[in-house]
Amino acid sequence: MTDTPIKIRNLYKSYGSNEVLRGIDLDVQRGEVVCVIGPSGSGKSTLLHCINGLEAFDSGEIVFCSEYVGWGRESGGGRARVSERAMTKLRQRIGMVFQQFNLFPHMTVLDNITVAPIQVLGEERNNAIERARALLSKVGLAHKADAFPSQLSGGQQQRVAIARALAMQPEAMLFDEATSALDPELVGEVLGVMRHLADEGMTMVVVTHEIGFARDVADRIVFMDQGVVVEQGPPNDILTMPTNPRTREFLTRSLGA
Amino acid sequence: MDFEWHLFVDSLPSLLHGARTTVALAAAAAVFGLIIGVSLALLHATAFPPLVWLVTGWTTLMRSLPLLVTLLFLYYGLPSIGILLSAVTVAIIAMAITTGAFVTEIMRAGIESIDRGQIRAAKSLGMSWVQSMRLVVLPQAFRRVLPPLTNEAITLLKNTALVSVIAIPDLLRAGTDIMTWKANTFSPFAGVALVYLCLTLPLVALNAYLEQGIKRSQR
Repeated sequence: MTDTPIKIRNLYKSYGSNEVLRGIDLDVQRGEVVCVIGPSGSGKSTLLHCINGLEAFDSGEIVFCSEYVGWGRESGGGRARVSERAMTKLRQRIGMVFQQFNLFPHMTVLDNITVAPIQVLGEERNNAIERARALLSKVGLAHKADAFPSQLSGGQQQRVAIARALAMQPEAMLFDEATSALDPELVGEVLGVMRHLADEGMTMVVVTHEIGFARDVADRIVFMDQGVVVEQGPPNDILTMPTNPRTREFLTRSLGA
Repeated sequence: MDFEWHLFVDSLPSLLHGARTTVALAAAAAVFGLIIGVSLALLHATAFPPLVWLVTGWTTLMRSLPLLVTLLFLYYGLPSIGILLSAVTVAIIAMAITTGAFVTEIMRAGIESIDRGQIRAAKSLGMSWVQSMRLVVLPQAFRRVLPPLTNEAITLLKNTALVSVIAIPDLLRAGTDIMTWKANTFSPFAGVALVYLCLTLPLVALNAYLEQGIKRSQR
């Protein structure tokens, strides 16, 4: 167990000629909640996808709990691609929640939550079901265990998606604009679950447009723009006295001031 | 030449006997065709270029060749290189690889129609590629392609009529035999058409039902 489960050094990524990440450095401490804010196209989501290897990056390095993600270092000093097998293992330890929920529509809520623990971790079925039910009550959906995703509201689906990720007992959780696809009145219930998780000490990287959530829950806010970390610090400092003009401009626009 | 009712009725038992062969051939070819189709579609889904080219090349070839040509090629061509297969084996192979090519295309389209987010979610839960295909992508893809698969089954069933050219006593062959012996084409062929209809109509109905089901679930 390291105290810094996520270490990112000088991360670069481009899509063709479009440079999305241009030298990102970021450390996340155990139990820390880091909210990443910034205008769309700033590379926030790409950064998140790189952390659990859903996207490949061009250069730099990411270390998750002492394991290289994507690219590792060879003893000779060169770069070596981390095997797909090792990446699969690694992803079992990082939870991810997507903007579009991405629940499996052909499975019940309970099966959505238990499929990975049973099939991937080889957990005993009854055990997995018991834990799934506990997680469902935690997100307030104990009564929906046998429903299919299409029978749930967006907010309920996202809460199931959070339970599904937690069922793998991850060492960190990544939230990719988890509330952006929700109707405004459903945002609160999902943020509530996330807040609860943060209170329990989960290590979280949260890409969000919810500045209020970032202010109340984050230990640190990271402001990204055009593929770089422009400014970071405690919520109070970033939100009330941003030093960088780009941060100031972004906050003025998002807070509608 | 007139329609002779008694000849029509008399021919039915031997037609039904031929129909059994037709159904058995179609069923065997359907099973192997499905196995071929799903396997090739999965090879294609690996996105590994040599495999993708191989699968694309093979399915293009098999979809372009008339089944009759494949059938005759295997039946008359293979013995000249020393491979002797029974007519039934040749028929099943020819139909399985032909229908398999179409099933490959259907399954490939089905797999590609599954939202990328599903695969990302499966991966993020630590599933391997094989697990994500088996648990997440294929079950959804299958549901989506059931209507076109039943369509392919209808085509396959009707295409079995071609095997009569390599002397397999199928439904059509039973009809032509009666025609030869009784010197009457109309009555036995009315029977042949009727039996084919009885075989295909349930599949047509199933196809329509599944199409409706998909529409319902999309509402």
